[in-house]
Amino acid sequence: MLAFLFRRLGQSLLVVVVMATLVFVGVYALGNPIDILISPEADQLEREQAIRRLGLDRPFWMQFWIFLTSALSGDLGKSFVHGVPALDLILSRMPATLELAGVALILSIGIGIPLGLVAGLAPKSLLGRGIMTSSIFGFSLPNFWLGLMLILAFSVELKWLPAGGRGATREILGIQWSFLTLDGLRHLLLPALTLAIYKASLVVRLAYAGTREALLQDFVRFARAKGLSRTRIVGVHVLKTILIPVVTVVGLELGSMIAFAVVTETVFAWPGMGKLLIESIYRLDRPVIVAYLIVVVLMFVVINFVVDFIYTLLDPRVRLTAKEA
Amino acid sequence: MAVLDAGNIKAADAAETWLARVWAEFSESRTAVFALGLVVLLVVLALLAPFVTPQNPYDLTQLNIMDNMLPPGERSMDGRLYLLGTDEQGRDMLSAILYGLRLSLFVGGTATVIALGAGTAVGIVAAYFGGRVDTALMRLVDIQLSFPAILIALILLAILGKGVDKVVIALVSVQWAYYARTIRGSALAERRREYIEAAQCLALPQSRIIFRHLLPNAFPPLVVVATVQVAHAIALEATLSFLGVGVPITEPSLGLLIANGYGFMLSGKYWVAFYPGVALLIAIVAINLVGDQLRDVMNPRLKR
Repeated sequence: MLAFLFRRLGQSLLVVVVMATLVFVGVYALGNPIDILISPEADQLEREQAIRRLGLDRPFWMQFWIFLTSALSGDLGKSFVHGVPALDLILSRMPATLELAGVALILSIGIGIPLGLVAGLAPKSLLGRGIMTSSIFGFSLPNFWLGLMLILAFSVELKWLPAGGRGATREILGIQWSFLTLDGLRHLLLPALTLAIYKASLVVRLAYAGTREALLQDFVRFARAKGLSRTRIVGVHVLKTILIPVVTVVGLELGSMIAFAVVTETVFAWPGMGKLLIESIYRLDRPVIVAYLIVVVLMFVVINFVVDFIYTLLDPRVRLTAKEA
Repeated sequence: MAVLDAGNIKAADAAETWLARVWAEFSESRTAVFALGLVVLLVVLALLAPFVTPQNPYDLTQLNIMDNMLPPGERSMDGRLYLLGTDEQGRDMLSAILYGLRLSLFVGGTATVIALGAGTAVGIVAAYFGGRVDTALMRLVDIQLSFPAILIALILLAILGKGVDKVVIALVSVQWAYYARTIRGSALAERRREYIEAAQCLALPQSRIIFRHLLPNAFPPLVVVATVQVAHAIALEATLSFLGVGVPITEPSLGLLIANGYGFMLSGKYWVAFYPGVALLIAIVAINLVGDQLRDVMNPRLKR
C-alpha cells in the first residue's frame, strides 16, 4: 500500500516536472521570452532590469534553473494588466471557481441520482424512457449554449434570476463566498445548473445502470422476502450500492468541472479564474496564463492523486495489482 | 489471373456481408436510422450550402443593412423571406447557419480523421512492440487523458493564436490519445491470436503483419470511438470559437454565430443565438444517437 502510494506520488511529481518543462519550452524557447514576459509598454530601463532579474542574459540551462526555482518559490511574474503578482491574482479568483464547481457537483448528484433511480426502477415506463432520452440531450447540449438559453428563459423572459455576476458575498476565513447570502445564491443558481447538466446526465446513466443491476441481486430479493417496505429497499439497499460508482466518477469529474468553469464563467460573467484566463488570453497577459497553467496542473495532480488514493481504499482489486507490481 | 479474380470477388463478398450484418443490426433501432438520415442530410446541406442558401453570408454586397435584426419569418425590403431572421448586418441567419455548419463539420471531420490516423499509429506500435515502448507511450496517453480536453485545447490556442488550421491542430492534439488507447487494447487482444503467430512463422515483414493482419482486425472498436469523438470535436470547436480563441471572425462557425448573438439576447432578440445553437444541438444529438446504436451493434458481449 505504502509502496503504491510512493510510486503514485513519484508519477505525480513527474507530471509536474514534465508540464513545467513544456511551459518553459513554450514560453522561453519557442518565442522570444523578452516579448512574452516583459510588458510591451515597459521603457528601456525597466526592460534591462527585467532581463537581468529573469536571467535572460544567462545560458539556456541557467534560465531553466531560474525559472524552476522562482516558480517553486511562487514567483511567476507580474500581470501586465493588473500590475500585481500573477499568482496572487489567480489565487484571489480561485474561491469563486471552487464555489461554482462545488455547487455544480452537488447539483449534478442531487439531480442525477433521483432521476436515474426512478428510470432504473421503471425502465419501460414513459417516465423512465423520457428520462433516459433527455439524458442523451443533456450529454449533447453545448455547455455555453445551454447557459445562454437559461439566461434567455429565466433572466430575460421571466426576470426571476440575474443574468451574471456574483451578487452579495459574505466573508469567512478571509475569503468572500456567495453561497452564504440569498442574493449570492440567486446569482449562483443558473451558472451552477449550466455546469451541472452535463455531469447530471452522466450520473443519471450510472444510477440507471446501477439500479437495474442491483434490483436483480440476491440481497434485494432477501430484503423483499423479509417484508421490508419498498421505500426502505430502494432508499437504503439499492441507493447504497449505486453510490459507490457514482462517487468515484464524480470525484474524477471534479477536475473537468473546474476546466469547464472557464466556459460557464465567461457566459455568466462569474469572476473566477476561468474568466480571468480568457481575459488574459485576449489581452496577451502572459504571466497570468503561465500562472493559471501551473496552478491548474498542480490542482489536477492533487485531485487525481486523492481520487486514486480513495479508489485504492474502496476497491481491493486495485490494491492487489499494485502489490504484485 | 482467374484465381486472383476469384480471390478478389471472395474478399468483396466478405466485406459486403460484414457491412450487411452491421447494417441489419443497426437498422433495428428506428431512432438510430432516423438519426443517421439526419446526419446525412446535414452533411449534404453543408456540402451544398453555396447552392441551397438564399444568399452568400460572406459576400457583403449581398447583404442589405436595412434588413438588419429582422425577426424570423419577416420579409426583406424587396420581399425576400428570412425564415430564421437576420443578424445586425442584415445577414440571413439560415444562410449563415448552413455556412457555419459547413465549417463546423469540416473542422470536426478533418480533426477526427487526422487524430484517428495518429492515434492508430501510436496505439498499434505500442501494442505490437510492447515492453518499454508500450509503457512509455501509454504513460504519455495516461498523463494527457488526466487533463480535460478543453483545457489543453484552450492553452494550445492561447499559444498558437486563432485560425481554422490551428483549431484542427488543437483538436487533433487532444483527441489522438483516445484512439491510441482504444486500438492498443483491441490490438493487444488480437496479437495473441493464432493468425498473427502464423504470419510471424511465415517470416512476413513486420510492416506487412501490422498493416495487413493486425490493423484490419483491431480496427472495428475504433469506429464507435470515432463517431462519438466527431460529436465531441464539433462541440469543442464550437466552445473554443464561442470563447473567441477558435476560428477567425471572417469564417464564422456555429460557435462564433452564437457568440455574436449573445450580445443581442439580453434585449430579447433571441434568434441570432438560438437557431445556430439548435443546428449545433441537432448535429451533435444525431451523431451521438448513431454512436450509441453502433456501440450496441459492435459490442460482442451483446451478441445474440
